[in-house]
Amino acid sequence: MKIEAYVLLFVGFFFGCAGLAYWLLSHEDAGSVMLLGTFLLGCLPGGYYLWWSRRMAPRPADDPKASVEDGAGVVGSFPGSSIWPFVLGLGATFVAAALVFGVWTLGVGLFLVVAALVGVIYESRRGGLV
Amino acid sequence: MTVLADRPEVFGEVHEHEHGHEPSGFLKWVTSTDHKVIGKNYTVTAVIFFLLAGAMAMLIRAQLASPDSTFLSQHTYNEMFTMHGSLMIYLFVGPVAFGGLANYIVPLQIGAPDMAFPRLNALSYWLYLGGGSLMMMGFFTTGSAADFGWVAYAPLSNSINTPGAGPDLWIVALILTGFSAIFTGVNLVSTIYYLRAPGMTMFRMPIFTWNMLVTGILILIAFPVFTSALVFLWCDRHLGAHIYEVSGGGVPVLWQDLFWFFGHPEVYILALPFFGIVTDVIAVFSRKPIFGYRGMVFATISIAALSTSVWAHHMFTTGVVLLPFFSLMSYLIAVPTGIKFFNWIGTMWRGSVRFDTPMLFCIGFLATFLVGGVTGVLLASPPIDFATHDTYFVVAHFHSVVMALVMGAFAGFYYWYPKMTGRMLREGIGKVSFWFMFIGTNVTFDPQYLLGLKGMPRRIAEYAASDGYTTLNRISSAGAALLFISVALFLVNVVWSWWVPIPAGDNPWDATTLEWATTSPPPHHNFVKLPPIRSRRPVWDKNHPEHRILEHDKARLGGMLAAPGGVPVLLDEVGVDGGDPYSKDADR
Repeated sequence: MKIEAYVLLFVGFFFGCAGLAYWLLSHEDAGSVMLLGTFLLGCLPGGYYLWWSRRMAPRPADDPKASVEDGAGVVGSFPGSSIWPFVLGLGATFVAAALVFGVWTLGVGLFLVVAALVGVIYESRRGGLV
Repeated sequence: MTVLADRPEVFGEVHEHEHGHEPSGFLKWVTSTDHKVIGKNYTVTAVIFFLLAGAMAMLIRAQLASPDSTFLSQHTYNEMFTMHGSLMIYLFVGPVAFGGLANYIVPLQIGAPDMAFPRLNALSYWLYLGGGSLMMMGFFTTGSAADFGWVAYAPLSNSINTPGAGPDLWIVALILTGFSAIFTGVNLVSTIYYLRAPGMTMFRMPIFTWNMLVTGILILIAFPVFTSALVFLWCDRHLGAHIYEVSGGGVPVLWQDLFWFFGHPEVYILALPFFGIVTDVIAVFSRKPIFGYRGMVFATISIAALSTSVWAHHMFTTGVVLLPFFSLMSYLIAVPTGIKFFNWIGTMWRGSVRFDTPMLFCIGFLATFLVGGVTGVLLASPPIDFATHDTYFVVAHFHSVVMALVMGAFAGFYYWYPKMTGRMLREGIGKVSFWFMFIGTNVTFDPQYLLGLKGMPRRIAEYAASDGYTTLNRISSAGAALLFISVALFLVNVVWSWWVPIPAGDNPWDATTLEWATTSPPPHHNFVKLPPIRSRRPVWDKNHPEHRILEHDKARLGGMLAAPGGVPVLLDEVGVDGGDPYSKDADR
């Protein structure tokens, strides 16, 4: 997990330096704020990973000598086929179209989005429909 | 139906997972959360957008083939170059890489059963398809499609200069595809961080996977800025927000700042996946390990970092940016890119190179990207940029770059098509297609450098005969016809492979990375068994136990054995961590 953390912390380090240099040289707001945001984007998850990497046992994926059996067991739970991502995407498209064509597509869009959210939550609880 | 994926056994018993009832046909296309189905959906959709955008490019070249042309109206011409650029950049080159090929290949390369968030992955695809459809819908509105260029500069993009539903559709479409890209970025990073197989350490991942990790992080840096900039633009157009309007105290150049803070990393979001494909393909077809693996990884990371601090080199002529900072940072990108070129050539050096179609496309990529890269270094110099800004020199520069990436995409198609379908594409027609593309690219875009130096501006629908642009434009349009033939030949090749299939087998290229250890196409959850992962080339170790270390490396190692600490490093360079990789599994 350490290398994963270092990759993100490097993002924070680099954009911290670049942002500081940019601000001192230009005093320009927009770019400096964006570089500050990028600095945080690297530091926050990177710091979190580093914090965890010192508290957890190395995973088989981090061990160069691990054999496939070391990772035996359940990898994770993966949803099977589901109609809800399609419904959610369709709903989001209708909501976006409402920004152009007016509110009449908003109703359809919101209905689909809410239906999809309900569907996804129920599916996660008891296994899917399709 | 929730499925618990078990870690596959090494050469263990093959037992079927309980999948429940999985739909097929149209329902499978709509409901699948399998990264392989979604990856194929993405690839096919992106190629359709590529064909549409290519057709628009043909119309543009037809218009410019003769002076004072009236083939297209001024207005239609503006729509054509806007939608050509938008479809190619936002809906083809990016999504085909991070949504199509990476979605399919990355979980296979790290031995994962699926992406980390399968339903989010499916949602990414539907948002992408919805956004792309909304953008194309602009052609059917009364005011016609967006016509402010793919960069939509303020104040041209405000509601007075470009009114109508077409530009609005363009804006909301890109908000949707922006979310789609962000979700894919999250998915890629999480998958690579959490779902690697045992033994697949970070520095054993194939370079394509490394590049997709960095691309995922770049997406997370760049796309939120663009999506919010688009929301601001919509507010300006409809709610009178005056964010980009001078009249209300806004700053038009702020749009350029926000756009290019996305736009320049976007160039590398497009490029890095194809750098990865080229690295892997060159290593396989040179039958050597990647030369300077760690150098490649660090070069990728530095390119990504630098690419996010050079955005204003697109804005030199606005007069409000810090020229030395952005010029220096832009020059610096040439260093890691140069390292990559050095390592690509180093990988081929003294290898037994096979010139199959994917390898040809990679070599075409190297040559074309070199031209685009070197002219990019020129443009990073403010004096040269002031003279050539918004001329055809810039057009030629980025088309050299992007055509190189398209060749990288075709290398990926030819290389992984057998894995995705279980069928080979035909070599003969593939090679002819490559030569049409390579020659066509140079015939189309090299004259445009000269046109730019003669002063021809971008985005003009017509020019006078007395301008002296006619001959070079004719040559350029003839080159576009060659590109058309090349793409047509590729489609013929795909259709032919469905009509008369050539079975591919699991590993037709004798490739080395993990995706070639499973069947073609892979089963549900990808692997029924995994080879032990003891180096960067687990499949090679399994298929060629006698060749774990190359002969000339053995010779090199012979002299180094006495040096303390030297051996593990060198062994690591050829991808082995020392010891017998099969010691644990020798009796199996």
